[in-house]
Amino acid sequence: MVTRADWFVGTVTEAAMLTRTGRRLLVDVPGWPGNRPGQHLDLRLTAEDGYQAVRSYSIASFGHGQAVELAVDELPDGEVSPYLVEDVIVGDQLEVRGPLGGFFVWDAEQTEPVQLIAGGSGIVPLVAMARAHHAAASAAPFRLLYSVRTPADAYFADELLSLVDASFALDWVYTRETPSGWPRPAGRVTRELLAETSLSASDAPTVYVCGPTGFVEATAKALVALGHDPQRIRTERFGGS
Amino acid sequence: MAVISRGFGARRRESTPDLPPGQFLTTDFPVLSAGPTPEVDTAEWEFLIRTETGDEKKWSWDELQALPQETIDTDIHCVTRWSKLGTTWRGVSLDTLFAEVETSYDFTMVHSYGGYTTNLPLEDLLDGKAWIATEFDGEPLEPEHGGPARLLVPHLYFWKSAKWVRGIVMHGDDDPGFWEQNGYHTYGDPWQEQRYW
Repeated sequence: MVTRADWFVGTVTEAAMLTRTGRRLLVDVPGWPGNRPGQHLDLRLTAEDGYQAVRSYSIASFGHGQAVELAVDELPDGEVSPYLVEDVIVGDQLEVRGPLGGFFVWDAEQTEPVQLIAGGSGIVPLVAMARAHHAAASAAPFRLLYSVRTPADAYFADELLSLVDASFALDWVYTRETPSGWPRPAGRVTRELLAETSLSASDAPTVYVCGPTGFVEATAKALVALGHDPQRIRTERFGGS
Repeated sequence: MAVISRGFGARRRESTPDLPPGQFLTTDFPVLSAGPTPEVDTAEWEFLIRTETGDEKKWSWDELQALPQETIDTDIHCVTRWSKLGTTWRGVSLDTLFAEVETSYDFTMVHSYGGYTTNLPLEDLLDGKAWIATEFDGEPLEPEHGGPARLLVPHLYFWKSAKWVRGIVMHGDDDPGFWEQNGYHTYGDPWQEQRYW
């Protein structure tokens, strides 16, 4: 029986920079049990002298396949992320364990409206949900608010645009630099901006927020102030090192 | 046999014997929460312990503050792999709060403002192993870190140290709490790496 305690050996089959600091990795993992949209995994690296380090990463892919897609942002003082962003090449092996997490997930059986809110590389579990929503041809209204520093910092921008249809809306927030002619000045997500660019509390959406701690704290607080039921707001934060 | 990652390890972190397996040191204080940070007013704050007979012992904020306060110097270990060494807290020992509680049950479910729950054996809350903490590093505990009051059970992974704590209900069985239903280990000993089911 496969359990969460088992490590699988994966082989990197594709690697490409998404942004200046973010890299997409496709890892072929024989035996991978599949994962629900929004789950994460543990990734383990072993040095030649046996030293090991493990970090958790959200999974951008979903479903039954053994091709596991990750998108890793390099942390300036990081230990594992610089290796994954700068050093790993196609053909290299690494180990993964999972899938992990049973709460920050969306399943195609859900029919209620969904608001996704991403800050920076917090898009990764949310892109899995957006892809699953599209693949299931779900009629559940989806709206994604994606906050990035500049247009060049967006992960999966073309793909997200291609998902836009009657049941999937996409809104951008630029915190440092906007595209030319953008109607709003650069700035952080505020309560007023959320009121304009996300589903209203009266729609009773389930809201998934993922990003750095400060972003998630501020956004979740503003959502509650706008009348969203705290029980319908699910958060995933990363921060520290 | 683990696969070797060519060239990995150059940026490795400092290691100490105080670090449980699979953990890395951080000097930040990251946050792990499933939802928004609840705003809890100390004027309305209340903590209770309920037993199998329905008996409830309750404390207001002022009543908690009037109890003997202890200083706790400890390391903390989060299941998401960061550890923070040498943290300082202030709070009330669970031994003090349980002194007047009579129960034959061996397990507890800890409840928080905001609906979060986590399960612990009673013996892990007693004998100087657990506190209701209201200060961190000499300051009132910040809401994002569980203020005004959180459980502090530093010998287990930190999700067991429930933020925004409001009460403990005695259970006859080790029923899983919120994170435990969502994939985390029922006990959570960092030295045994009890992270997941």
